[in-house]
Amino acid sequence: MNSSDTGFFGRLTWDAFPIAGLIQNPSANEIIANAAAAIVIIGVVAVVGLLTWFRLWGPLWRDWLTSADHKKIGIMYIVFAIVMLARGVLEGVVMRAQQAAGPGDGFLAPEHFAELFSTHGTIMIFFVAVPFVFGLANFLVPLMIGARDVAFPVMNQIGLGLTVSAGMMLMVSLVVGEFSTGGWTAYPPYTGAAFNPGVGPDYWIWAIVVSGVGTTLTGINFAVTIYKLRAPGMKFMRLPMYCWTIICSSILIVFAMPPLGVAALLLAADRYLDFHFFTNDLGGNMMNYANLFWLFGHPEVYLLVLPAYGIYSEVFATFSAKRLYGYNSLVIATMSIAIMSFTVWLHHFFTMGQSALINAVFGIATMLIAIPTGVKVYDWMATLYRGRIRFSVPMLYSLSFLMLFVIGGLSGVVLANPTVDYQVHNTLFLVAHFHNVLLPGVLFGLLAAYNYWFPKAFGFRLNEFWGRVSVFCWTVGFLLTFMPLYFVGLMGMPRRSFSWEDPSFHPYMITAVIGALVITCGLFSILIQLWVSIRDRDKSCAPIGDPWDGRTLEWSIPSPPPPYNFAIIPIVTDRDDFAATKERGAAYPTPEVYEDIEMPRNTGIGFAFCVLSGVWMFALVWWIWWLAALMTIAMILAFIIWSFDTSTEIIIPAEEVRKEHEAWLELAHSTKAVDRDHESTPENLGLARPDMEAVT
Amino acid sequence: MKRAPRHSYPGINLGEDHASAHKATEVVTFGFWVFLMSDLVYFGLMFAIYITMIDAQAGGPGPHELFDLKSIFAQTLILLTSSLTVGLAMLALKYNLPRARVVFWFGVTLALGLSFLALEIRDFMNMAEQGGVPQRSGFLSAFYGLVPLHGLHVASGCLWLIVLGIQLKVFGLTDLLMSRMVRLALFWHFLDLIWIGIITIVYFGGLAYG
Amino acid sequence: MDRRADMHKRERRRYVIGYGGSLLLTLVVFAVAYQFGIETRGVYLTIGLLGLAQLVLQLVYFLHIDRRRSSREDLDLILFSTLVLLIIIGGTVWVLGNLAIRMHMM
Repeated sequence: MNSSDTGFFGRLTWDAFPIAGLIQNPSANEIIANAAAAIVIIGVVAVVGLLTWFRLWGPLWRDWLTSADHKKIGIMYIVFAIVMLARGVLEGVVMRAQQAAGPGDGFLAPEHFAELFSTHGTIMIFFVAVPFVFGLANFLVPLMIGARDVAFPVMNQIGLGLTVSAGMMLMVSLVVGEFSTGGWTAYPPYTGAAFNPGVGPDYWIWAIVVSGVGTTLTGINFAVTIYKLRAPGMKFMRLPMYCWTIICSSILIVFAMPPLGVAALLLAADRYLDFHFFTNDLGGNMMNYANLFWLFGHPEVYLLVLPAYGIYSEVFATFSAKRLYGYNSLVIATMSIAIMSFTVWLHHFFTMGQSALINAVFGIATMLIAIPTGVKVYDWMATLYRGRIRFSVPMLYSLSFLMLFVIGGLSGVVLANPTVDYQVHNTLFLVAHFHNVLLPGVLFGLLAAYNYWFPKAFGFRLNEFWGRVSVFCWTVGFLLTFMPLYFVGLMGMPRRSFSWEDPSFHPYMITAVIGALVITCGLFSILIQLWVSIRDRDKSCAPIGDPWDGRTLEWSIPSPPPPYNFAIIPIVTDRDDFAATKERGAAYPTPEVYEDIEMPRNTGIGFAFCVLSGVWMFALVWWIWWLAALMTIAMILAFIIWSFDTSTEIIIPAEEVRKEHEAWLELAHSTKAVDRDHESTPENLGLARPDMEAVT
Repeated sequence: MKRAPRHSYPGINLGEDHASAHKATEVVTFGFWVFLMSDLVYFGLMFAIYITMIDAQAGGPGPHELFDLKSIFAQTLILLTSSLTVGLAMLALKYNLPRARVVFWFGVTLALGLSFLALEIRDFMNMAEQGGVPQRSGFLSAFYGLVPLHGLHVASGCLWLIVLGIQLKVFGLTDLLMSRMVRLALFWHFLDLIWIGIITIVYFGGLAYG
Repeated sequence: MDRRADMHKRERRRYVIGYGGSLLLTLVVFAVAYQFGIETRGVYLTIGLLGLAQLVLQLVYFLHIDRRRSSREDLDLILFSTLVLLIIIGGTVWVLGNLAIRMHMM
């Protein structure tokens, strides 16, 4: 089919819906495809139904979708990430099951299996890790640096809108048409028009381009927020470690997202306009694509893992009741990692055929980047050393990280050696390696953060028991799933293979699928934990805001924080300022004067961009040119119209601030402080008794 | 005379006559700088791709057949002059000269921007007549991936100028508008810098090595 | 008032210098290319250096980036961006060039 002679709905026909496949050819494969589509549709219907039943459309629109409050945007990011996480995990389980069903062809069609590993990777990186990391940053960074909002609240909202609409495209691809079969890296020429004329790669391209723009906006926002909006006295060397990692991560976004955008857009030019960037003929060169993709891809993994390092730093310090050991070295290590992450991209394609010299240079650079990471591990261990450690859920995740991540890091150093890489390239060894750094490295950090900062966001603590169950399931499940993959990888099993024949792989494959089921239990125990915690919230509320004897500014304000965060902008005199204030006995001071506070007004522009960009992507995927043109114009117009809106601020009167703040101070002064032994009892209302060394 | 507050913001700025606008501008302008640097990486990569694809002409027309240096020269002069006029507009703004002066210089900038685009499009059409279309070869794909990207930026700069003109009429010279003008000026100078890269690498580089 | 008029004049002169300098450099570049032919040895190097000079000139005179303490932020940003650009452009050209040679594409 030629792109110019298409009808009113482009190339969209009834065959695009999976039910057509089921009718023509009922099989396990088609049933699974239809079940996935049905889950999406039932999910949408259920959400719409519940919202209507409980009459929540108004509050949803007023309090959430149009809100420019960084805390709410952060929470929306995280909700989105958890929904996508559920899909990603289930896809992982289906893939493990497919491989465990061997030797032979299993129960899935090869294309279906390929779609699964493509969506699994794309979702986990772009729609779980990135939104989770930046959802947390949204919630935390202004609170930690003593600011009332991010630098660009509206841009923040637009970033969220674009990320969500891109993620929705992956959901839509389950129901209409199919997703790419080219893996999350979508290498041409396989994903080019000559070999893959369908809609799959187009779904991938536009989801990546739009979410990439959203992420870039977020990155710019956080770089500027931390650079320009710190509270008075918050010098760079007094920034919480987490904020250091976010600023480095934001810088990585600013410089590493463009290569991805270029790669995806040039692939689109090849597919849509018959350009020859990556084609096999007329001078195209796919190696350019691999190079571009990994120019993005390697900084990407560090921009995900650095914030997790920041989270671990905060968690280790708080739950060891000690100041973070080696703050300066951690800052230097973070910055070195950020810069060095731009010098190692070639280790993703050692086998492409460049000279041994080039491979050696990038191999050595890769080994070098392990050094600052090693520095961090020692700093964290030294923080634990002689601390009074509490084994609460965030700490358990962090300890699990500390042990498992080192294995993943070391297998990375092994892979950094080009000669070794030649042996295990494209085997499951590699899959085991990057899951070993991304699960214990990134995801455990995010889950630790979820448990750690949840009481800050909602005013009550999460259930400890189910939290522990989830740590156990994730840790054990991870070990069972991915350790066997190291071995089959070394035995030569290629990654992404839907069928295999060697019977000696079988026990490993069985173990891996059992692990995947344990991970699923981990996922469900997180959901159960949330449910139980909401049910029992009266017994775990911590409105005063400091349930863990925290050290940084976000713990010095009420939970949940008021829209303006700080009634009075704090004046920072120390690193770990709140811990120092508590030590001096100067916490919860009564301010003398209150001021009117300017806050960003609600706006619908982010939601408008979410909808418009969603329709735009769909139109492009299905070649509905008139609609794509219409949406392009609509987006430009929406932006211009928005720029005419000059009343973007509302004023919260000083009197209102005073009333709220004094009620809270009253509560804080009349509440009995709890010590650390009673941290998880209902007595813990969020007023900590600093009963151990706080500043040393 | 009371000493004017020191400007914490360097580079192009609004100066002491507009202290309130200046303060509001600081954060936004810094953010815009960061955005420009991100955009710069886009261009940098397109330059890199162009360099790697200079030889990928696949028997199609190359730089010697396609590039019209006279037209490039004219475009260079136009864009350079527009960079001066946008600077003069900023000075008029900064020193509170009559608003007509600000409008005049922005108007000249817009006219220069549009004539630059007209020349560029004419070039592309001439190239297409000689078979120089992006579908022909990797080299031409790389060319059309880069030079029109710059043109697209100039076009959005022109659209931005028009919108600012309308807003000037609607709102008058508010702090917000001044801050937007500062960013526009930055953007415009940035495009001139990219153009220097384009003549040096795309046109002369293409002729030297293609 | 005098002081302001003075400053205005001084700033305007900066723009004019920037413009004049860039104009001159552009003319020289095109003149060199016409006079000696672009494929002559050393000509392209000259053109490249003149282009670089023009970049710096415009950064200083149009965008007012200099080493004064107050403009460090922008300078730092630009220098860091330059570093990243050098790594990724240089790396790309190095790797892809090497691949092209080894695949006898050149």
